Amino acid sequence: MTKKTRRMFLAIGVFAFAAAAAGLTLSALKSSITYFYMPSDIAAMAQKPHSPIRLGGLVETGSISYPNAQSGADKNSLVEFNVTDGAETIRVVYAGLLPDLFREGQGVIVQGRFTDDGARLTADNVLAKHDENYMPKEVADALKEKGLWIEQEKAK
Amino acid sequence: MKPSLYDLANPLRFDRIARAALPWLVAATIVLMTLGLYFALFNSPADYQQGQSVRIMYVHVPAAWMALFCYTVIAGASAVGFIWKHPLADVAAKEAAPIGASFTLLALITGSLWGKPMWGAWWAWDARLTSVLILFFLYIGYMSVWRAFPDKTRAARLAAILAIVGFVNIPIIKFSVEWWNSLHQPASVFRGGGPTIDGSMLTPLFLMGGAYMFFFAATLTQSMRSELAARRLARLQEIDARSSYVLVEQ
Repeated sequence: MTKKTRRMFLAIGVFAFAAAAAGLTLSALKSSITYFYMPSDIAAMAQKPHSPIRLGGLVETGSISYPNAQSGADKNSLVEFNVTDGAETIRVVYAGLLPDLFREGQGVIVQGRFTDDGARLTADNVLAKHDENYMPKEVADALKEKGLWIEQEKAK
Repeated sequence: MKPSLYDLANPLRFDRIARAALPWLVAATIVLMTLGLYFALFNSPADYQQGQSVRIMYVHVPAAWMALFCYTVIAGASAVGFIWKHPLADVAAKEAAPIGASFTLLALITGSLWGKPMWGAWWAWDARLTSVLILFFLYIGYMSVWRAFPDKTRAARLAAILAIVGFVNIPIIKFSVEWWNSLHQPASVFRGGGPTIDGSMLTPLFLMGGAYMFFFAATLTQSMRSELAARRLARLQEIDARSSYVLVEQ
């Protein structure tokens, strides 16, 4: 074996070792690397988590309501909406500023805890999740007009 | 004799080729950057959801591509230098690092500026953002190894091993948005099924990508030239010092 081949095997070996180590670490940490859970992931859990979690999904169309709207307080100070992934839905309560992209059908990630009865998630932060589609408004309108608009099934 | 990469191993021949290529690389950078910025800022539509903020993409996305590309160049050149002892490969790897680190920093900063209005957060510890931050630290670590060892041969060997190990991070960055739920959106351009970006927005994106690429080629060529000149100077000074020492001794 020449010195050159030995160095080549050394380089390949070092890389393979690093790749294996990284692969094992990442697969072991899979659940903590995931930035958010979807409603179906939560439904699959034996019980609702007590610690703060991040929940991701789409804002269900027609589910946004402002319980304070009548009381004369700032309309936007309290908002409720459903986060859905098509299969499961979770009700979210949030008091605070919403990101500009927040709207019906938009992907969002909410951070918060479940109430004690597990019925709702009280959020202390709402992030808007953008998808991978970029187009001018005219194109989006034209697609909708022709009925070619594909609503995303999942937030992912 | 068959021409090969080893012809470039002669630093003087490399310098001759580099000097001839440099004006063209600089010219291509200026032309593409001017066109790219014109399209990005004036001659492309606002996004149907993001509005004018989408223009950050034309600076951010190509910078992120270059962050990955420069590291791939470093890892490739390091492997060539490590295995075949090609004398220019180590120089190329060493000089590509600060450029790649700058692109990574640019991607991180513009990403943060884009994240605040769109997501509602400057930063999130999701898989994509975190793995790119690790890439930035890898660049810093790689540059530190070169600085830590005065003996260039030893520094080159250790830096090469670090670069090869760190290359594991590159596919992780690329696929982070597919393997794990992340706040960062999935790939829009280099993906199965073609780009999901409208053609009118792809034009400025690719122009800027080309501009960054030529900028990288031009700065890499020039800094390799100056590194080679510096090494030659150091060698000459060493010889000079040694001969005068001999003279004093006599």
